[in-house]
Amino acid sequence: MLQWALIAWSFLHRDEEALYGFFKSDALALILLTTLGIVAIPAFYHSYIYLSGPEENPRERGIFFMSMTMLLAAISGAYLSNHIAVTWVFVELTTLAASGLIYYHRDAAALEGTWKYIFVCSISITFVFIGILFLSIALQQAGHVELTYPALLHAAGSLHIFWLRLAFIFIFTGFTAKLGLVPMYTAGIDAKDKAPSPAGALLSSVLMNTGFVGFFRFYEIIAQTAIHDWADNVIFIAAGLSVFVAAVYMIKVENIKRMLAYSSIEHIGLVMLGVAAGGIGYYAAILHLVLHAFVKSSMFFQMGQVYRIYRSKYISDTGNYFHYNLPGAIVLLLAFICATAMPPSGLFISEFMIFRALFEGHHLFILLVVLILLTVIIWALGKNLFRLLFAPPVHFDAAKAGKVPGYESVSQFVLLGMVIYLGFNPPDFMVELIQDAVKNVGR
Amino acid sequence: MTSVLLITFAATLIYISIANRLLTYINILAFQGLLLFGVSFIELNEINTVNLIFILLETIVFKTLAVPLFLGYVIKKNRITREAEPYLPNFLSLVIVTLIIIATFLISNIIHDPRLDKVYFVVALSSLFTGLYIIMTRKKLITHVMGFLIIENGVFILSLAVGAEMPMLVNTGILLDLFVSVLLLGVFVNKIGDVLPSADVDQLQNLKD
Repeated sequence: MLQWALIAWSFLHRDEEALYGFFKSDALALILLTTLGIVAIPAFYHSYIYLSGPEENPRERGIFFMSMTMLLAAISGAYLSNHIAVTWVFVELTTLAASGLIYYHRDAAALEGTWKYIFVCSISITFVFIGILFLSIALQQAGHVELTYPALLHAAGSLHIFWLRLAFIFIFTGFTAKLGLVPMYTAGIDAKDKAPSPAGALLSSVLMNTGFVGFFRFYEIIAQTAIHDWADNVIFIAAGLSVFVAAVYMIKVENIKRMLAYSSIEHIGLVMLGVAAGGIGYYAAILHLVLHAFVKSSMFFQMGQVYRIYRSKYISDTGNYFHYNLPGAIVLLLAFICATAMPPSGLFISEFMIFRALFEGHHLFILLVVLILLTVIIWALGKNLFRLLFAPPVHFDAAKAGKVPGYESVSQFVLLGMVIYLGFNPPDFMVELIQDAVKNVGR
Repeated sequence: MTSVLLITFAATLIYISIANRLLTYINILAFQGLLLFGVSFIELNEINTVNLIFILLETIVFKTLAVPLFLGYVIKKNRITREAEPYLPNFLSLVIVTLIIIATFLISNIIHDPRLDKVYFVVALSSLFTGLYIIMTRKKLITHVMGFLIIENGVFILSLAVGAEMPMLVNTGILLDLFVSVLLLGVFVNKIGDVLPSADVDQLQNLKD
């Protein structure tokens, strides 16, 4: 019951313009909050299925749902906050909530994933705090004390470059842990692998968007100052390396959930390339973020069903998925098309716009490298997923296959349908919201 | 006076780089808490009393007493051996930490800011990097937590540098400190002792590609 109340709550918030002084639901918050609300409903549905097995005990189930509710609340808070320290507090809370989800299975591997996640996130959250301290030094020099985003935007021009650079380096590095970019991406991978698949869906979609919000609100401030180009170069390096790392690992990875996690890193890398390229890239970046949240969460939901059939996450143990779960297999096939940004998918539009932004910004070298890496990623993703879908399983006893009712795949069809629909025919209010969200960074 | 305390703090960083036993680490952390108590007592005389008492209590009770005692308890409970087990020899650690301090000192020379005391900046940044260095080069998980606590101390010093005008940031920093330390220490070191046979990093190398 509680979870439905929360969803209703988050949808209610969608329409309010301002809450307290610390919160403000601007365009960026609204669009990402809507995404959160849409992803949250199937997430709770699939968690319910996941946890209704006979071997799950009520106490752990309670902790799981509590953590999930808390995670959603913290993410909503981070989206909505209008004060850099408040964002920071909520991002910290997401770490706590997410660790409750990751530790659900209570074995050594889950513990390892949780420990690494908490440790890396704690260090990065400390980095963000150091960045905020540097920012406040810069502010004091300019004679301001307000740390709300509008005040920062207003004061941006008068801030000292040296402190601002330090602040950007620390805040950017700090948020990469949530965002899944190069310096701190490792924690997220283990977390998404070890968390139950509905939780993994949240971690790799809406939680990454949280990192993006934290980063982007600070980037808006940087965009007003003289170090805009320098910051773009830093982002180019981090984003390019992310796509590279994702490509390298996706070739050799064996575990499907980890493969999906690396694919998330690739997509966030593309989003950041869009941000760094500027121009139409900003619009494309946010569109990409929203659509990616739908695609990746539907893939993770489907992974839960795959696991119930094969009792394994390793590609070598699976195969012939069409035979065992026809709707699920169609979901995976569609999701593959969407995730690799092939034409019917909405990601094709956003990715195409990102490339156009890169082209118009004269970043041809980066564009070329990224395109080659993307080809590698599509090949790797296709190789693994098609093996799951079509190849006959090697060491798998067909009699032991779990049964999954077909109607569980409906939610994924809805999500993927939205990806295709929103890509080609975005409703006017969405376009308006995205344009409003990026109005502060236009050159 | 604060400069003396802060320079002593920097000296503890050098000492921790060559310390061999976990008990020494704990003592150094307690001593650092005491130093921070002194610095905040002298420095933050402008902010209101309740806030000051909160900060002082945090440094003296939490940093100086509670965390070291709890670390000692965790070590005893999980029967962690006394050695810190660094990957690199102590002499090299000494050189590297000294280099860190010199490097931050050089960086600080770029700053021309009358409002900010450079000593704070140097000590805070060098304890940040020393903490990271200790996390990278020590084998035990408990030393990782200690490295993290050193980073926290550095952040505390940095927040003191801006704290006179923005006490809210100091409080936020303290909340971070409490939150993360309780989370890391309370929940997980206990659990790790129960689930894993020994609390080494080696035990945590199964998740990889």
